[in-house]
Amino acid sequence: MIRISGVSKNFTLHNQGGTVIPVMAGAALDVAPGECVGLVGASGAGKSTLMRMVWGNYLAASGSIMVGGLDVAQAEPRQIIALRRATLGYVSQFLRVVPRVPTLDVVAEPLLQLGVPQDQARERAAALLARLNIPQRLWGLSPTTFSGGEQQRVNIARGFAHAYPALLLDEPTASLDAANREVVLSLIEEAKARGAAILGIFHDEGARARVCDRLVDVTGFTPKVAA
Amino acid sequence: MSRMETLTTPLLQVKHLTKRYGTRIGCADVSFDLWPGEVLGIVGESGSGKSTLLSCLAGQMTPDQGRVIFDTHDGPRDVLAMGEPERRRLSRSDWAFVHQNPRDGLRMGVTAGGNVGERLMAVGARHYGDIRAKAIDWLGRVEIAAERIDDRPSAFSGGMQQRLQIARNLVTGPRLVFMDEPTGGLDVSVQARLLDLLRGLVREMGLSAIIVTHDLAVVRLLADRLMVMKGGHVVESGLTDQVLDDPQHAYTQLLVSSVLQV
Repeated sequence: MIRISGVSKNFTLHNQGGTVIPVMAGAALDVAPGECVGLVGASGAGKSTLMRMVWGNYLAASGSIMVGGLDVAQAEPRQIIALRRATLGYVSQFLRVVPRVPTLDVVAEPLLQLGVPQDQARERAAALLARLNIPQRLWGLSPTTFSGGEQQRVNIARGFAHAYPALLLDEPTASLDAANREVVLSLIEEAKARGAAILGIFHDEGARARVCDRLVDVTGFTPKVAA
Repeated sequence: MSRMETLTTPLLQVKHLTKRYGTRIGCADVSFDLWPGEVLGIVGESGSGKSTLLSCLAGQMTPDQGRVIFDTHDGPRDVLAMGEPERRRLSRSDWAFVHQNPRDGLRMGVTAGGNVGERLMAVGARHYGDIRAKAIDWLGRVEIAAERIDDRPSAFSGGMQQRLQIARNLVTGPRLVFMDEPTGGLDVSVQARLLDLLRGLVREMGLSAIIVTHDLAVVRLLADRLMVMKGGHVVESGLTDQVLDDPQHAYTQLLVSSVLQV
């Protein structure tokens, strides 16, 4: 479902004398449907960079990143937009929403984008929010005022609202208490059971051991320093 | 035209559009496609040519070179080659233009209901009851109370005026909306409400939109794609989050790093 091969990445800092910083070279990995692959490596080794290249908000300098038949490294913006709508989901560490929009609608939005009728989309959103222990009295409020842990759960509910065939998870259990961590891990297990291909970053070792089928150490993708 | 064809034809194709003011460049060699349902943001500092570009696209200014091809109901046509009456008809039925200052887009001496109804009459609506009912419906959609229908916009707040302008523009069901700094000059809570409204309308009506702004937070939330302009040239374009998170051009890097928090 996800196949990365020969991917490299540089950052060019034009406003700092055009410094080119190579951050990744020869990255390669596969994620099959129903499989969860965990990215590991020290902080700064490039786990998030690789994940962002799969999502398409970082440009790859070379190589191919196939997601459900589309090469994200070469695709037109509108193809990536369509991919994100139907095929590829992403639970980032940050919740970015239009202020004032009620939590229930924030979670239902990915479904509305796909043309799911509003009542069905809201029903699914409500079920997820309830499962993630967001009190019903908060559903009508914007999540911008919520605590970090609550925002993270809203973000997770939004990411799991649609049954994406491929999912990117960036620290989904960070800042969650034991009960909510358990809910998130079961959501991940259910997604795997229905055949989703999942690429994740988990600093939580227990979570990693439980849901990941394989680990890929991104340190192996660090470019060799030129002589 | 079949549904498949409408999905595979860009709504708007812009090719090598150039506008000069004497020897000064307004915008130079701008080319892009806009697809149905897509929101394109154009960002850049004052004087970068983004408003000139928007005016040329919307037929308010005549470019020196280039083509603007719109997918009309009769197939793709070069808007610049059209006669004035035809272009005016298009701008009433298929296009809308939301100005930064609502006073430029509203008739201040006409009631709120009249402002909305006038657009409907311009495309042929004649039945008074229908027009008034539709005006009330649209005032509701932009969160203006029905009892304000007979008030003039001069009695409205800035945010209400901007929402009224949006209702006036969208009542005729356009396919393409041009917006020039639609949230500029509004305080932040009003901006948020307007953003939410615009997002909902884009989704429900399947609108395409071109939004000119200098506010990167607005495009982050509203635009699918982004074009960055500097000195009349497009220096970078791509997916909105790609341009903002991994900017490639020196100017975009400067622009993004100058914002407090996008």
